[in-house]
Amino acid sequence: MEENQIDPKFTKFAYEFHTTMVDRKLMLAYEGEINQQLTKTFASMAKNTLEKDEEDNSVRRKVFHVMVECLQNIGKHTDDPDSGTGISPGSGIFLVGKTKDHYAITTGNIVSKTRIHEIRTLLTGINKLDPDDLKTLYKKQLRESRLSEKGGAGLGFIDIAKKTGQKIGFDFIEVNEKVDFFLLKIRIKRN
Amino acid sequence: MEIINIKATDETPEVTLNAANHTFLIAGRSLPEDVTAFYDPIVSWLSVYIQEPNDITEFVFRMDYFNTASSKMILDVILKLEHLVESGHNAVVKWCYREDDEDMEEAGEEYADIVEVPFRMIPIEV
Repeated sequence: MEENQIDPKFTKFAYEFHTTMVDRKLMLAYEGEINQQLTKTFASMAKNTLEKDEEDNSVRRKVFHVMVECLQNIGKHTDDPDSGTGISPGSGIFLVGKTKDHYAITTGNIVSKTRIHEIRTLLTGINKLDPDDLKTLYKKQLRESRLSEKGGAGLGFIDIAKKTGQKIGFDFIEVNEKVDFFLLKIRIKRN
Repeated sequence: MEIINIKATDETPEVTLNAANHTFLIAGRSLPEDVTAFYDPIVSWLSVYIQEPNDITEFVFRMDYFNTASSKMILDVILKLEHLVESGHNAVVKWCYREDDEDMEEAGEEYADIVEVPFRMIPIEV
């Protein structure tokens, strides 16, 4: 330990973290457990920040909505890296970025390989649909779906695509033979 | 009939169900962690109510925000009104939304499309 009580490697990390946040235009980065309280806190925080920045009402509402859906997704649908089975509350990373044209909400969490095919198929399918098709699918799913045990309606991604009018970004990185790291990136157009 | 009177919180809406008073209202924001725990008593109340309903049931929704899990439960509430209509009773949904909230307006139109209940769309001046 140096006489200033800080390991130089840590200083380097902190500075790099700072420059990465700035370069990537991130305004919020979080890693850890996502519970209901935190969901409400982040969503309200974003709402206040956007209000202060005099962002359009409609953009504010969309950012709030996407944040709530994404955070509740992580909270409800994260798997354990060792066993590959569900954990509650879930945890993961949560990033909010802001560029000249967009807000970008990114989540990353551990999901069992058994769920990847389903997620990929769902998102690929949604990304192929135009706004009218999305509306039709949303109504069909709303009418026909049953709430899952975890309280999900299977509507989240469809609704996000419908409300943002943007394609949903997603990717997977292998963690081990049981699980992947699932990355989801949603953009909301600024007016 | 029993009266339901629930105060709004930062994650659940205000709910008033009072048959004698002709008040049927859900208003505010809805993003609870456990949607069924919140909405089941409301849906159960309506199941009893539709056995012996008033002549006219005007159900008011005045939502600021709801998540997708809540949207499913709101449909369950509206489906109870559909039962009323199907059994020859008079029921209407008054869907109130902030006039600048096109997402909430669209949500009301989507419900109106998928159920057999008359909807009145009511923009609220901001």
